[in-house]
Amino acid sequence: MSTQTPALRLEGIVKTFPGVRALDGVSFSVMPGEVHALMGENGAGKSTLMKVLGGIYQPDEGQIFIAEDATVMSSPLQAKSKGVVFIHQELSLADELSVAENIYLGELPRKSLGRVDWEKLYAQTDDILKTLNVGFNARTKVGDLSIANQQMVEIARALTVEPRAVIFDEPTASLTDAEKVVLFEVIADLQSRDVGVIYISHRMEEIFKITDRISVLRDGQYRGTLNTKETNEEEVTQLMIGRKLDLSRNEMTHSLGPVALEVRNLSCGKLFENVSFTVREGEVVGFYGLVGAGRTEIAETIFGLREPSGGEILLDGEGVTVHSPADAIARGISLVPEDRKGQGLVLGMNCRDNMTLPQVDDMTAGPFVSDGAEIAIFDQYRDKLDIRTPGWRQMVGNLSGGNQQKIVIGKWLSMHPKVLIVDEPTRGIDVGSKSEIHNLIRELAAQGYAVIVISSEMPEVLHVSDRIVAMYAGKVTREFTAAEVTEDGLIQAISGL
Amino acid sequence: MAELTKKSIGGFLAKQGILVAFLVFMVVFAIANPRFIDIDNISGVIRSSAILGVMALGVTFVVIGGNLDLSVGSMMSFSTIVVLDLHDKIGPALAIPGMFAMTLCLGAFIGFLVGYLKLNSLIVTLGMLSAIHGLTLTYSGGQNMDIADKQNTWFDFFGQGSMLGIPVPILIFALLAAGLSLVLSKTPFGRKVYAVGGNGTAATFSGIPRARVVFMTYILSSFCVATAGLIQASRSLGSQNTVGQGLELEVLAAVILGGASLLGGSGTVFKTVIGVLILGFIQNGLLLMGLAFYAQYVVTWVIIILAVWLDIAAKRGRLWSPIA
Ligand SMILES: Nc1ncnc2c1ncn2[C@@H]1O[C@H](COP(=O)(O)OP(=O)(O)OP(=O)(O)O)[C@@H](O)[C@H]1O
Ligand SMILES: [Mg+2]
Repeated sequence: MSTQTPALRLEGIVKTFPGVRALDGVSFSVMPGEVHALMGENGAGKSTLMKVLGGIYQPDEGQIFIAEDATVMSSPLQAKSKGVVFIHQELSLADELSVAENIYLGELPRKSLGRVDWEKLYAQTDDILKTLNVGFNARTKVGDLSIANQQMVEIARALTVEPRAVIFDEPTASLTDAEKVVLFEVIADLQSRDVGVIYISHRMEEIFKITDRISVLRDGQYRGTLNTKETNEEEVTQLMIGRKLDLSRNEMTHSLGPVALEVRNLSCGKLFENVSFTVREGEVVGFYGLVGAGRTEIAETIFGLREPSGGEILLDGEGVTVHSPADAIARGISLVPEDRKGQGLVLGMNCRDNMTLPQVDDMTAGPFVSDGAEIAIFDQYRDKLDIRTPGWRQMVGNLSGGNQQKIVIGKWLSMHPKVLIVDEPTRGIDVGSKSEIHNLIRELAAQGYAVIVISSEMPEVLHVSDRIVAMYAGKVTREFTAAEVTEDGLIQAISGL
Repeated sequence: MAELTKKSIGGFLAKQGILVAFLVFMVVFAIANPRFIDIDNISGVIRSSAILGVMALGVTFVVIGGNLDLSVGSMMSFSTIVVLDLHDKIGPALAIPGMFAMTLCLGAFIGFLVGYLKLNSLIVTLGMLSAIHGLTLTYSGGQNMDIADKQNTWFDFFGQGSMLGIPVPILIFALLAAGLSLVLSKTPFGRKVYAVGGNGTAATFSGIPRARVVFMTYILSSFCVATAGLIQASRSLGSQNTVGQGLELEVLAAVILGGASLLGGSGTVFKTVIGVLILGFIQNGLLLMGLAFYAQYVVTWVIIILAVWLDIAAKRGRLWSPIA
């Protein structure tokens, strides 16, 4: 392999933003037919490096070589024309347009007089979609698709050209297991066509399954490259964060308090039906199931965002009707929503203001918001969650994906809720911070909080939960205690078997 | 090192671009015509900008909240006519609160339609622009409104008086700007306006009552309009039914020029004030250069287009980005 010329090579890349040296002389290369993982903590500079490669940012220093020819990537379209395709971490699709228009945005096929050739557009798109095996077609409006399917549209975009290198920035963060299989097939196919694949992910099991080499970034610096076959999770983690991690199952038990939240026969149309469960003070209940099993909808109903069509919600043994999120917050319920960009954050607002938003009414000194009180909260959770930002004034939109997620978590932890619901809490979060968040969840439970964790990652559910509720197609199929749960049992329960 | 300073200057320009443009503009005009920076001229410009400015303060809240208000011009005509009419009927002391109450009702109605019924603000306020004009004409019977005894009333204080040597309209504008700047940047309400305009869904998930926040921005806007109407009426002590006609666009121009995004979520009171002054000084500068005042209509339009273009260009990172 070493005798071959790389499909792509970056050398000595430096990129600074005000107050941040995001990349500090990074070199990196990918061979044709290789899947090369890029790993590192949140904010290490992975996305930035790829944006430099994809023509979105111009580097301050350093050079890009395509097949050993020095190249300047001046724009994403130009990068694409050179065969470098970028599938983004944060979805960037136009909701109002069809799948086909999104895929060919900027390069729609034309007939004479510049008219769009719709027939050809739809036909071409459907051909690509067929290889991806998806359940929608070229004419579907993107806004009507689930997040997972929108991700597939991003992937389809990459397949419109004969690519030389394809960059996947955390593509699996919101995919179901079945969709992941399809994605891995796509990657294997690219590989067999001698395309270089750059794969960014925080999920070790994927990295070890599909990649050939692993390069690690830390604080904007290149830390080394390992051959996947010759290394293991521990070594990679050590390189990424400089220490080891606890990846065991939850075996900790402490005495539980009274029932904090009880749900009896709760239904919401067809989304979920006759759901009953309890959460006690000091307990972590994991909700495990496939995307679309109705878990998020249950959370939203408890949080007052949806009106139940039947059943009861009891807080501390008393039946309540939660009319709105404001109502839920007043009753001590917090929800960390699953879509940080759409539901969790105001991207154009700074870090501190985002974090204190739900409690801004209570942070006043006289008629004005108290700067000191707000900064105190921000500082506390920045330290607790290890949020990497040059300061509270930084716009949240400028943070790395994982650090944005931490802002959302901090926002709801700082409310000191009685019942804390977290929906996919570690999506896009690096292994180090992930275990910190897991520990934090355990710690909160030990302090008497009632916690619900919704997750599609089995290790996560196993690691944090005292009890696990398995769901399939809007119904609770089984409940397990941490002691009795097995992986097989869980898989059966969530597949409706 | 040299590169770093170059970059920080670039960053400063991007952030404070509007301020820099303003200063450059002032210098150029001052060199072209020294009368431009005459203290009387400057004070004159600020005074005549005060009415527009007061209205722009309220619209700033509406725009940051993610909506538009195109009804302010005709609402200002309404306030002016009403307060002049009531002046002779029930005396100025009662006329003023009466007029404020009626104007706030209009604001509440718009706020209800946009906030609680979730109707598109462009359509609602464009409709209100003509509906309120009709209301004004009905009220006045189409007649100009005049105060009968212009010599013996203290009502001229708001438009023509001065305190500590400062014209009262400027004083009102400055005080209101300072107050509303505090409201927007320092109170929970202000924070919520940014959140609702920046990402409505996230605001809902944070327990913020969006409808109420939007409603309040329109109440604030109508309060500012009433204040502007008061200054206008007091300045002229008589008025046509159409005094505010066309102001809605100038107000919007000032707000956008100040850098508030039409998409909501960004802008400040201070920047709007700068926007108002830029507009005022440009129009004044052109007058001094001998352009007819109706050329201003065209100039205002050009300024709006430029401001919107630059706003979009800053977001996309390039000037030229046609629809694909
Ligand atoms: N447009 C920007 N303006 C300012 N700072 C930025 C900008 N983009 C990125 N940064 C900063 O650069 C650093 C690297 O960010 P980057 O997004 O590359 O991290 P990442 O490795 O992709 O992290 P994650 O795993 O969380 O996605 C971060 O500290 C981030 O805050
Ligand atoms: Mg990233």
